[in-house]
Amino acid sequence: MYSLQNAALQKHINLFSANVSNKLLEKIVKREYEWGFHTPVEAEKAPAGLDENTIKFIWRKKEEPEFMLALRLKAYHYWLTMKEPGWANIKYDPIDYQKIIYYSAPKKRPGSLQEIDPEIRKTYEKLGIPLKEQEILAGVVAVDAIFDSVSVATTYRKKLKDLGIIFCSISDAIKNHPELVRKYLGSVVPYTDNFFATLNSAVFSDGSFVYVPKGVRCPIELSSYFRMNTPQAGQFERTLIIAEEGSYVSYLEGCSAPQRFEHQLHAAVVELIAHKDAEIRYATVQNWYPGDKKGRGGVYNFVTKRGLCLGENSRISWTQLETGSAITWKYPGCVLKGDNSVGEFYSLAITSNYQQADTGTKMIHLGKNTKSRIVSKSVSAMRSNNSFRGLVKVEREADNSKSFSRCDALLIGNKCSANTFPHFEVYNNTAKVGHEASTSRIGKDIIFYLRQRGLSEEQAIALIVNGFTREILSMLPFEFALEAKKLLSVSLEGSVG
Amino acid sequence: MLEIKNLHVNIDGKEILKGIDLEIKAGETHAIMGKNGSGKTTLARVIAGQKEGCEISGQVNFLGRNLFEMEPEERARAGIFLAFQNPIEVPGVALSSFLTSSLNEIRKARKELPLDWFDFSRQVEEKTKSLGLKEEFLSRGVNEGFSGGERKKNEIFQMMVLQPRLALLDEIDSGLDIDSLKRVAKIINNSRKEDNAFLMITHYQRILNYIKPDFVHVMVEGRIVKSGNSKLAKEVEKTGYGNFS
Repeated sequence: MYSLQNAALQKHINLFSANVSNKLLEKIVKREYEWGFHTPVEAEKAPAGLDENTIKFIWRKKEEPEFMLALRLKAYHYWLTMKEPGWANIKYDPIDYQKIIYYSAPKKRPGSLQEIDPEIRKTYEKLGIPLKEQEILAGVVAVDAIFDSVSVATTYRKKLKDLGIIFCSISDAIKNHPELVRKYLGSVVPYTDNFFATLNSAVFSDGSFVYVPKGVRCPIELSSYFRMNTPQAGQFERTLIIAEEGSYVSYLEGCSAPQRFEHQLHAAVVELIAHKDAEIRYATVQNWYPGDKKGRGGVYNFVTKRGLCLGENSRISWTQLETGSAITWKYPGCVLKGDNSVGEFYSLAITSNYQQADTGTKMIHLGKNTKSRIVSKSVSAMRSNNSFRGLVKVEREADNSKSFSRCDALLIGNKCSANTFPHFEVYNNTAKVGHEASTSRIGKDIIFYLRQRGLSEEQAIALIVNGFTREILSMLPFEFALEAKKLLSVSLEGSVG
Repeated sequence: MLEIKNLHVNIDGKEILKGIDLEIKAGETHAIMGKNGSGKTTLARVIAGQKEGCEISGQVNFLGRNLFEMEPEERARAGIFLAFQNPIEVPGVALSSFLTSSLNEIRKARKELPLDWFDFSRQVEEKTKSLGLKEEFLSRGVNEGFSGGERKKNEIFQMMVLQPRLALLDEIDSGLDIDSLKRVAKIINNSRKEDNAFLMITHYQRILNYIKPDFVHVMVEGRIVKSGNSKLAKEVEKTGYGNFS
C-alpha cells in the first residue's frame, strides 16, 4: 500500500512590508459594499432561539409532510450532542445559537411573478437579477430567487417542465415531489455529517431543487440568488440537484447580504447526484457582506457542498468565486463512486480587510479509473487570511485513479497570509496523485517595472490579478463571467475598470 | 531634452551619485561607461522614477518638465523608457496583454486613439521578426522562464513598440550572443531619429562598435570624470578605468 497519509505541507508566507504603498492598498480596499442595502419588507419570523418548538414552527409554516418533521427532529437531537468544530484556520467569537432567528419570510407570498412585493422586486433589480420573465428570456437564465428563507418566485418553470425538468424551491419539491426528496435528501450529506450540516438538516427553510430526467440536456443555465435581509436571521438553505442517466445541467448560485454590524450566519447544504453518464456543473459567485474595514459585521459562511458521481462516466464540477463573507468555511467535494467518473474543483478566493477564508475540496475516489482535478487560486490583501485545504482520498478498489491538484496564491500587502494544507490518502498503488503549489507576490520591483511602462500602481495590480484569475473565471458560465469580473474589480481593484 | 544638474543620490545613507551634470539633446546618443558599482544603473533608475530608499537632490528636467514632480508612470507616458538591466518576471501576465495596456496608456497621454488587438498584432508582427522572436513569445508571461538574452530582446521589443522619446538602455548587450547583439544594434541604429535620444549604459566597449554614440562619458564613483566623443570609448578599452579618477 502506498500511502501519502499526513503528507500535509504547510506554507505560511507573511509578505514583504511596504512593497506596495499603503496608500494604494487603502484605495484598493476602500471599496464600498455595493449590495449592502436593506429592504423594508414585513416579515413573518420565528422567535429567536432553537428548540423543538422552533423546528415544529418551521415545519408547520412550510406545510411539510410528516416524514420531514421526523427528519428535522432527528437532526436536531443529533446536533445537540455535537460540538462546533474548531480545526479550521479561522477565528471568530462564539456564535450564540439561541440568538439566531431560524425562520423569516416575507409576509405576503406571491402567487405569480406579477404579485411579488414591489420592494423585493426592487431589491432584485438593484442586484441585477433578471426576475422579469422577458429579461430572463433575453438572458437565457432561469432564476430561483431566495429572499431570506422563502423562495420568492421561480421563473421559467413552465418551459423547463416541457422537458421534464423540475426546477423549483425545495419547499415546493417537498410538497409536490416527496418521493424524490425522500429518496435523495441526505443521501450525499447525511444529517450526521458535521455540526453545520446537521444544524441545517434540522432548520433549513428553503433552497433550490433541480431534477433533470434521463437523457435531457438542460438548455439554459439555472440560477438561484440568495439574499439575507432580516437582522440576525440565519440563512439555512438546502439545495438538491439530481441528474438522471445521460443528462446535463449547469447551475449558478449567487449570494449577497445587507451591510450590518452583527454577524449573520449562513449554513447551507448542497447535494448533487449524478447518475450514469450525467454531468452537473455547479458554479458559485459568493459575495456575502464581508464586514467593514475594522472587521465588524459580515456573514459567517459555513457551507457543506458535496456531489456524488453515482454512475459510471458521470461528471461533477464545482467552480467557485469567493469574494465576500467575513468567514468562509467550505469544501465542495466529490465522491467518485461510479467507474470512470470525474470530479473537478476550480476555485478563486479573494480576501481583503479582516476576511478569513478556509476553503478547498475533498475528492474521494471509490470507483475504478476515476479522475479528479483541483485548481485553487487565492488572492489575499490587507490583513486577510486565505487557506486552502484539500483532501484527496483514493480507496482500495479505485484502480488506475488519477488526481491532480494545483494551488496558487497571490499576496498583496504585508499583513495577509496564505496557507496550503493538502492532504492525500492513497490506498491503491495503481493511483497517480500529483500536487503543485506556488506563491507569487506583488513586490515593489514588479510594480516599478510596470509603472515604468506607463501603468499606474492600481493598473499594474489589476493586470496581475486579471492574469492570475483568468483560468478560473473562464470556467464560469459565460453569462456570469462578466458579472464575476465586475465583482472582482469591486473587490480588489478600486476604481480600475 | 534631458537636463541633469548637480544630481546627488543617497541610498541607505551611502552617497551613490555625487553631483551629476549631463545634457542630452534630441537626436543624440550618449554612452555612459563605468565599472560595476560606479552608479550608472542608479542614474538610469532615478531618471525612470525610482524613489524608494533614495534621498535625491539636484534637478532633472525632461522636455521642460521637472521630473521629480512626476510619478514613474507619468515619466513613461511623457516618453522615458528604461530597458532594465535585470528585467523582472511578471507572473501570469501575458506579454501581449501587458504591452497593449502599456501602449494604450502611453497613446492616451499622447492624445492618440487606443489600438485594438488587430492593429496591435499587425504592428508587432514585423518587430518580433526583426528580433528573431517567435510569435508565441507574445502569449508567454512577461519574462516568465525567459533566458537572459530573451529578456534583453524583450526590452528592445517593448522599446520598439512604445517608441519613447528618450530610451535609457542599461547594459542592453549583456546576455546577448554576437548575432543577437548585431540585430539589436541594427534596431537601435534604425530607431535613431531627430526627435528622440538614447542613453546607453555599459561597462564594455563592445556594443559601441555597433552603435556609435555622439558622446561618451566615463563615470567613476558617482561622478562623470571625463566626457568626449566615441574615441573616448576606445581609450577606455585600451587603458581601463584605472586611469580615470
